[in-house]
Amino acid sequence: MSAELQALSDHIASSLGEAIEDRAIAYGELTIVARLEEIKRVVTFLRDDPQCRFVCFIDICGADYPARERRFDVVYHFLAPHHNRRIRVKVETDEVTPVPSIIDLFPAANWYERETYDLYGVLFSGHPDLRRLLTDYGFEGHPLRKDFPLTGYVEVRYDDGQGRVVYEPVKLSQEFRNFDFLSPWEGTDYVLPGDEKAKA
Amino acid sequence: MGEHNIRNFTINFGPQHPAAHGVLRLVLELDGEVVERVDPHIGLLHRGTEKLIEYKTYVQANPYFDRLDYVAPMSQEHAYCLAIEKLLGIAVPRRAQLIRVLFAEISRLLSHLLNVTTQAMDVGALTPPLWGFEEREKLMIFYERISGSRMHANYFRPGGVSMDIQPELIDDIEGFCDPFLKVLDDLDTLVMGSRIFKQRNVDIGTITLEDCWKWGFSGPIVRSCGVAWDLRKSQPYECYEEMEFDIPVGLNGDNYDRQVIRMEEMRQSVRIMRQCLDKLRAPDGQGPVNTLDGKIAPPSRKDMKRSMEALIHHFKLYTEGFHVPAGEVYAAVEAPKGEFGVYLVSDGTNKPYRCHVRAPGFAHLQGMDFMCRGHMLADVAGVLGSLDIVFGEVDR
Repeated sequence: MSAELQALSDHIASSLGEAIEDRAIAYGELTIVARLEEIKRVVTFLRDDPQCRFVCFIDICGADYPARERRFDVVYHFLAPHHNRRIRVKVETDEVTPVPSIIDLFPAANWYERETYDLYGVLFSGHPDLRRLLTDYGFEGHPLRKDFPLTGYVEVRYDDGQGRVVYEPVKLSQEFRNFDFLSPWEGTDYVLPGDEKAKA
Repeated sequence: MGEHNIRNFTINFGPQHPAAHGVLRLVLELDGEVVERVDPHIGLLHRGTEKLIEYKTYVQANPYFDRLDYVAPMSQEHAYCLAIEKLLGIAVPRRAQLIRVLFAEISRLLSHLLNVTTQAMDVGALTPPLWGFEEREKLMIFYERISGSRMHANYFRPGGVSMDIQPELIDDIEGFCDPFLKVLDDLDTLVMGSRIFKQRNVDIGTITLEDCWKWGFSGPIVRSCGVAWDLRKSQPYECYEEMEFDIPVGLNGDNYDRQVIRMEEMRQSVRIMRQCLDKLRAPDGQGPVNTLDGKIAPPSRKDMKRSMEALIHHFKLYTEGFHVPAGEVYAAVEAPKGEFGVYLVSDGTNKPYRCHVRAPGFAHLQGMDFMCRGHMLADVAGVLGSLDIVFGEVDR
């Protein structure tokens, strides 16, 4: 399986050349990192090349790594039912650089790109209808970003006097608790309060 | 009288509509009674599951998966556990695999029973859901007996399952199988053989195989187009490899084929369940039901009271939780509705860095627009029913 994936990975890399920034096989899964501008060419190749034939669309999603310069990953998953193989394609982007939409290659990308836009604020160029999908009408912000608080900014309740649902700033009757259970002997890369001198 | 300026009529279907199977708002553009365009508005049940999971340890995040497709909860947990196990590189004991397969198939029955019978209700029949829900009730009692909960079981755990199955339950599930096949035959006569059901479903919502692939469809919808694509056979996980079962396929890719496939899949599920029960009774089916690695699976209550090491493990697992090596995986199972996948990114700590849920219903609902165009308004409910949509997993 692994040798087969390696051969496929080499084939893709030799055919696409510059468009592939990185590739890896981990946990029995092939991941390629494509250049942002070339994503449509990469996906077209993966779909049409007889050795690839990733004709089945599986998924598009985002991931946020705020420490990076280009903080977002857009992760594509495809399936080749004829060869019974899967592939993961990733591109990196930031808040302002749009990712070329693959909607004319796979119509299913429509909602998945809308969802990624909605939850992460990743822009897609060439998408005909980049509206919010999952969040409320009139929602502000992109909730799956790491800097978006879990409790959000607004809460809703039904107001009897006005006879409608009203939006208010979120009020927490108890401070949001997110315990740090990481063992200080292993795993933490930050200095615990009071330990500054010990590590200095 | 001159030419009238005729414009299309736009109506709202839902968000509160009994045939919408949950909270779905469809904006329909109609030309007379013919559907010109469908714009589904989803997200009315959005609970931010993926965000919540990022704030929970791996074990604490498990119950969220029950609440995605709440019609077949254990199938979702299954994908999540497989993803964690892939990252951890641990093996699931054989008995746990058998129990997982057994309950994954019970989940399939739960889901298909609901879908086939309520779709019959969408096109005008009232009796089938009553018959189907009676059987669902029995299956939920099995859920309750194994996990303590009728729906949100939280039974599959990373490394195995949370509790062993009792011999009495094995007997009772076996006792369920035969009468259930009889009920299926009755349902077949009542629903599939019904003239009205056929008139409402045959050649409605027809799709081709090419459409299926590029729209990301999976499960019974792909199989209705004549291809035997089933992850249980093509990319077997757990002990599906040693199970004997057939994959029913359709010919026409229409609503009716999808429902016939679901009926036949239920019979195949019973076949798999029987094999699981036999294997669970066999000598090589005995043994632990969770991994013996104390760093992953909690100790038994008995051990915890008597062993210092077990007590430490218990404390660490329920506060800090186990750490998962950094990496990213995609694990998919053949859930009743199609391919349910979990894309899990770990940064090496005790909480998932990113957990994306690939729900089959999301892709299917998106196809509503092209499947309904040119159909009559009344067929929208039929197509929606045949796609097997549950909003827990679509909205997440």
